Amino acid sequence: MSSTDGTAPPDRPTDRSTGPKLDLGPVGHLGDRLFAGLARGSGGLVVAIVAFVGIFLLALAIPALADNNSSFLFSRIWEPGGETPRFGIAALFYTTLVSSIIAMVIAVPIAVGVALFTTYYSPKRLAAPVSHAIDLLAAVPSIIYGLWAIIFFAPILRPVIDGLSSALGWLPLFEKPATDNLGVVFTASVVLAIMILPVVTAISREIFAQTPITHREGALALGATRWEMIRMAVLPYGRSGVVSASMLGLGRALGETVAVLIILSVPNGNDPWDSSIFAGGETFASKIANNAAEFDSPEKTGAYIAAGLVLFVVTFLVNSAARLIVARSGPGNRRPRRNRRAGTNPAQTEGAAT
Amino acid sequence: MTTLAANKPAYDGKTLDLTGKSGARAFKNTLATVLIVLCFLVALVPLLWILWTVISKGYHLLLDPNWWSQSQRGVTVRRVGGGAYHAIMGTLIMALICAAIAVPIAILGAIYLVEYGKGTKAAKVVSFMIDILTGVPSIVAALFIYAVWITVFGFNRVGFAVSLSLVLLMLPVVLRSTEEMLKLVPDELREASYALGVPKWKTILKVVVPTAFGGIITGVMLGLARVMGETAPLLILVGYSKNINLNPFEGFMGALPTMINQDRTELALQPAADRVWAAALTLILLVLLLNLLARVIARFSTIKSK
Repeated sequence: MSSTDGTAPPDRPTDRSTGPKLDLGPVGHLGDRLFAGLARGSGGLVVAIVAFVGIFLLALAIPALADNNSSFLFSRIWEPGGETPRFGIAALFYTTLVSSIIAMVIAVPIAVGVALFTTYYSPKRLAAPVSHAIDLLAAVPSIIYGLWAIIFFAPILRPVIDGLSSALGWLPLFEKPATDNLGVVFTASVVLAIMILPVVTAISREIFAQTPITHREGALALGATRWEMIRMAVLPYGRSGVVSASMLGLGRALGETVAVLIILSVPNGNDPWDSSIFAGGETFASKIANNAAEFDSPEKTGAYIAAGLVLFVVTFLVNSAARLIVARSGPGNRRPRRNRRAGTNPAQTEGAAT
Repeated sequence: MTTLAANKPAYDGKTLDLTGKSGARAFKNTLATVLIVLCFLVALVPLLWILWTVISKGYHLLLDPNWWSQSQRGVTVRRVGGGAYHAIMGTLIMALICAAIAVPIAILGAIYLVEYGKGTKAAKVVSFMIDILTGVPSIVAALFIYAVWITVFGFNRVGFAVSLSLVLLMLPVVLRSTEEMLKLVPDELREASYALGVPKWKTILKVVVPTAFGGIITGVMLGLARVMGETAPLLILVGYSKNINLNPFEGFMGALPTMINQDRTELALQPAADRVWAAALTLILLVLLLNLLARVIARFSTIKSK
């Protein structure tokens, strides 16, 4: 931690560890080749890990899928193991996707607002502490979110749920539930929204701050109000960044485990399946974590691993899409930070009228 | 920031007044300002609320020295007493083993991306895979290690397996932040070193890495903070033990997240509830401390970019 002042020179140019003493050319140096090999190996290892995750999950899922007696993709039954294992992911897929998408819908506007606040509204001295405070939201462990949410937060969401379900109850998605339980998909979504807020905020903030000063001053010089400047210069510039930030947030929400596990009440096996977001349910992640104790036979484990594989594939696709959006249409990926000296506007008054 | 539109009255009756903002535009501007400030306030509420809940409900057990030195051995949910020593040690041991594996790979990987593979197709593939790894949910990482460690190799559920799955989560965090720091090291430093005849690998080890050291440590801290709070791998890969077990290769192991998980269904009982919130506060303190430390280090050791 001590020698970090920029220009630490190599203490001794004479090489005493490896390599021939009088060889002047560094090309083919043993240390160099070793070290380059290590570095390349580590890079390759990362690729290998991702590949292995897919391969291993697939390899263990296939036998279980082969024994499956119902449609894996379209069945809502989950009875792995036993004589005739039957399991399908339709219900899990639905709950996972719906809860994450609602979380994204709630989180993104707020995140954009917070990002705009820190970049263009807050006093300069406040911007950094505010950003750090929002970043701290990401540091709170998810189990604590879950615990806090189910005990303190879910009860105050009750009126919101009642209001929404009475106003929009004619839609299957918002149907009024038969029972009044607190652990519903909607509550999980709101908590997921809080959890992905810092990710979306951080990326949006970066992008907004990069809006070229010429765009912003151009808008202001034309007489735009601050909001019009943001709508005409900042938001169009940052659009693809915000879209990819939302996708990354969605990816987070899809895979979130413990908070969802604590919040969602698992529907009773005999109850009919409920599509409403005001009912309980299970996501991929919560299903797997909830049943970790059941991993006793390879067939049963295989079913859960198959579910995990689907989750992996879905997050893979969502994250890749996010990266592709950035790569294709992102504004210059690495730009220097925003020029803070915005005060020097050339207020040229053209006095040549008649 | 002052807008350029001056609020002067119209200068002539004949021409259209374009100098001021129309009412609708001014209103929209104010509305947007209000909404944006509101967004910010709404975003702060959960953070403050959670911190307040955990601190107010958990602090008194932390003041007891037994909390830091005893385990929960023989303590039932209805009884007061015991501590979190077993869980704190478990969390630290698993996180440190994870760091010991992940950090060297991450730093070498970042060195590959910045120093060796820059601009090559292979580096692009590696970089993409790191992005993917960043997005891998912890439960998938845990299932993968379960598949390898338990199903394929037939080992038991132990702390080391948790560390392995945490490696998958920590690796991309440390690698990315290291990469960013290495990129900031000015090329002049490297060139000066080459000019003195220092081979590339020594230049990297003695010039580039030490220059970026502060930033690398920051990344490691943030990575540690991330993995310490993970619960999913613990649920799948190791059982919770109330006893002190410092051996990551044998037996179940306590950890703070699983300690919370253990008693979370017994919150109606006061002793259990106290312990749950105290464990939560301990975990938050640990994670926040690492975060703050990371920021402090980052502040004092940023490379001055020109």
